Amino acid sequence: MAKLPTPQELVANRPAFPAEAWLETKPKFVPGSYCYPAKKETMEALHMPHPHEWDPAADDWQLPENWEKILCDAFEDRLKKHRSLKLFMDICVRCGACADKCQFFLGTNDPKNMPVLRAELLRSLYRRDYSMLGKILGKKIGARSWDYQTVKELFFYAYQCTECRRCSLFCPYGIDTAEITAIVRELLHEVGLGLHWIMDPVKNCSYTGNHLGIKPHSYVEIVEMLADDCEDIVGVRPKTPFNERGHEILFICPSGDVFADPGIYTFMGYLILFNELDLDYTLSTYASEGGNFGSFVSFNMAKKLNAKMYEEAQRLGCKWILGGECGHMWRVINQYMDTYNGPTPSNMTTPVSPYTGTVFKNAASTKMVHIAEFEADLIRHNKLKLDPSRNDDLICTWHDSCNPARGMGLLDEPRYVLKHVVNHFYEMPENTIREQTFCCGAGSGLNTEEIMELRMRSGMPRGNALRYVQQKYGVNRMACCCAIDRATLPPLADYWAPGVTISGLTELVANALVCKGEHKRTVNLRQEDLPHLDEEEPEGNEGE
Amino acid sequence: MLNSLLVVALVAIIAWLGAAIGLGSLFGVVLPYVAIVVFLGGVVWRMVWWAKSPVPFAIPTTGGQEKSLDFIKQAQWDCPDTTLGVVKRMFLEVFLFRSLFRNVNAEIKQDDPVNGGPRLIYYSSKWLWVFALLFHYCFFIVFFRHFRFFVDPVPGCVSFMEMIDGFLQIGAPRFYLTGGLLLVAVLFLIGRRLVNPRVRYISLTQDYFPLFLILGIVVSGIAMRYFLKTDITQVKAFVMGLVHFNPISADGIDPIFFVHVCLVSTLLIYFPFSKLTHMAGIFFSPTRNLPCNTRRVRHVNPWNPPKDFLTYPEYEDLYREAMAGANLPLDKPLEAETKQKSGE
Ligand code: SF4
Ligand code: SF4
Repeated sequence: MAKLPTPQELVANRPAFPAEAWLETKPKFVPGSYCYPAKKETMEALHMPHPHEWDPAADDWQLPENWEKILCDAFEDRLKKHRSLKLFMDICVRCGACADKCQFFLGTNDPKNMPVLRAELLRSLYRRDYSMLGKILGKKIGARSWDYQTVKELFFYAYQCTECRRCSLFCPYGIDTAEITAIVRELLHEVGLGLHWIMDPVKNCSYTGNHLGIKPHSYVEIVEMLADDCEDIVGVRPKTPFNERGHEILFICPSGDVFADPGIYTFMGYLILFNELDLDYTLSTYASEGGNFGSFVSFNMAKKLNAKMYEEAQRLGCKWILGGECGHMWRVINQYMDTYNGPTPSNMTTPVSPYTGTVFKNAASTKMVHIAEFEADLIRHNKLKLDPSRNDDLICTWHDSCNPARGMGLLDEPRYVLKHVVNHFYEMPENTIREQTFCCGAGSGLNTEEIMELRMRSGMPRGNALRYVQQKYGVNRMACCCAIDRATLPPLADYWAPGVTISGLTELVANALVCKGEHKRTVNLRQEDLPHLDEEEPEGNEGE
Repeated sequence: MLNSLLVVALVAIIAWLGAAIGLGSLFGVVLPYVAIVVFLGGVVWRMVWWAKSPVPFAIPTTGGQEKSLDFIKQAQWDCPDTTLGVVKRMFLEVFLFRSLFRNVNAEIKQDDPVNGGPRLIYYSSKWLWVFALLFHYCFFIVFFRHFRFFVDPVPGCVSFMEMIDGFLQIGAPRFYLTGGLLLVAVLFLIGRRLVNPRVRYISLTQDYFPLFLILGIVVSGIAMRYFLKTDITQVKAFVMGLVHFNPISADGIDPIFFVHVCLVSTLLIYFPFSKLTHMAGIFFSPTRNLPCNTRRVRHVNPWNPPKDFLTYPEYEDLYREAMAGANLPLDKPLEAETKQKSGE
């Protein structure tokens, strides 16, 4: 990996706008500006169209002979299928309100990273075929024909968008560039263009059920190891039910929580919490990936990967599904799942919390509850004994992940939980949180090493806001409820606000959770000493 | 940019010359009829074209807290979960440009004292919102005032609007505030496209064209009313003729009137084929016009393809041995399978 410039340099060396009009400029495929392409075998295993080996830096991308026809037909097909696409192609007035709302634009100052121009890349092609004047006047009114360079350009910028929807919030017509990006990615897949870091996990999820392709027995082994760790820390070994029939709840979380630091602490948090509650639940190795990498590829791929959830809930006879902390998983669950793979199997019923009796009416059809909702409800009803002082070494802030924020509206539930399990909490500046949140800059399949500088650029708005609260309030922990964030934010924090660590919500809950039969807790889930250890604590520490 | 200006100027000059050489009825009668037909037909055609594609997924942008637990306060306006709520959200969006109101301007400060390095700072930036509102509302009121020419007797609401609009009571004929403001707003929108480097970079010919067209319409209208003092009774008689499909002779009407009419007709004809359809389009926008209740109510996709995925039995077939090794429950026990195999 190339050496990164310092934050100062990175900001200072963002180039000025080119002198030529955008129709005249072309992206340069230099290392670091693009992600590696998907392997031929991967694409074959997934029955994707035109699997082939190719190199983004090469002149010839080895597209199929009739690529232009394939793309034009696919575009027409998508216009027929999506009213959103037709509408977004037609009604943008180029007011520019979305321009500086995109973290990629802010970080790169590349005009084509303004959401409006990202969309214009496709719109210019639309103009040629779907507007009378476009055919006659061509470039004069921003219309152009498909050519090899255009395909490359679409690829370049479709993978410099994390589908975070921040632009759609600010657009007066709600034009959602994420939707356009998603469709452009679909089109590119028609001619065999995809990313390694997306397609590999897709293949793995499709077969083994998790994105790293870990086989069922190793998966179980890892979970058992985490349970052992929980036992060391808490003194009680949590249950680890797998693929068991007849439980009320099926729990599905992003598999990143099982494999990767710091996600594993969140997973340990789930285990400890469920054990303390004596929750009637099971995990599944078959549906062990909540995160939906298919949603970075195409609607149908998202559907394919998502289908396992209901299939497994039906097979195991679960009444409802509890979902872990993951961003794109919840975008899919909240807005697509029911449409893709519903109606739910007949054994499923509207979720009811077994402890508080709360009926999750908002999940009546999908029958999936977010763990932050579940936890907030428990805390509200005093069902958890909490000692937030165990998190006193942490000064926390909350990162709203883009998908739960703008594709779901999950904003106050996690805050409610967080405020009950930590004593020190500070918000980042208001234009960088809640529905206006900036994403981590590497979602939607862009969290690869090879584009690290680009990621630091797109992570600039989040990084700056984090640094602000770090410097002002001494914040040293950013919590979030997204597995991709837990993978992408640590390098971002190291770069923009060194010293800040990242964690999930449930890790902090489990730190604070006073469990029945626990031994004297001396370390947190990360095996770091708890604060106030030397101070003599009274017996039977009372939670809040 | 210049192209647009030239085209608009050309339209105006042609109308002027045409009227001067006695083609008034072409520009004053035929063109307006054509324009109205094209406008109405065109807008309907565009809406039908949109409506022909389904909305496969419910993708509202959640602009605030969802409705979930009862102690968590829902952002009713920005994240509505009911039809009534959506109507309210759309109302804010259409009449008050709610999303545009959020606008902020992000600027990077290289050496921020707090951050000890670069920091993005967000400045409230409501100018676009202010002028966009001003532009659209003034346009509407000016349009509404024109009903004085289309309807006889003049409806009370039109006279009332005129009274309010002319409350400054200056000049004769009385100066209408909205006309002046509309001019200011159009000039702002043009100026912004020219001055703001980002907007300038994204602007296309078809972004300047309607602005110049509207500028031409406003200027010719103002000129007609305040400077050339066109004979209003004559114009009204002429327009009423059009309204009753009984056109009368255009003789004696100042050519500026035909310039005005011709520019308006051009705008109407251009409208359905351009970004101006955003006026109708906003009502179709799936990120705004759908309730945020997607977990409570199932949205149906008419082209939902059949399910195609690795089913559990297929999965178990792939990993049965590994699963058995890990003591995972199996639907089809390992022994059965091995027995089967050995039996064959
Ligand atoms: S805010 Fe919306 S209408 Fe304005 S330029 Fe961006 S996408 Fe187009
Ligand atoms: S969805 Fe996010 S990353 Fe993509 S263009 Fe919009 S703001 Fe930028």
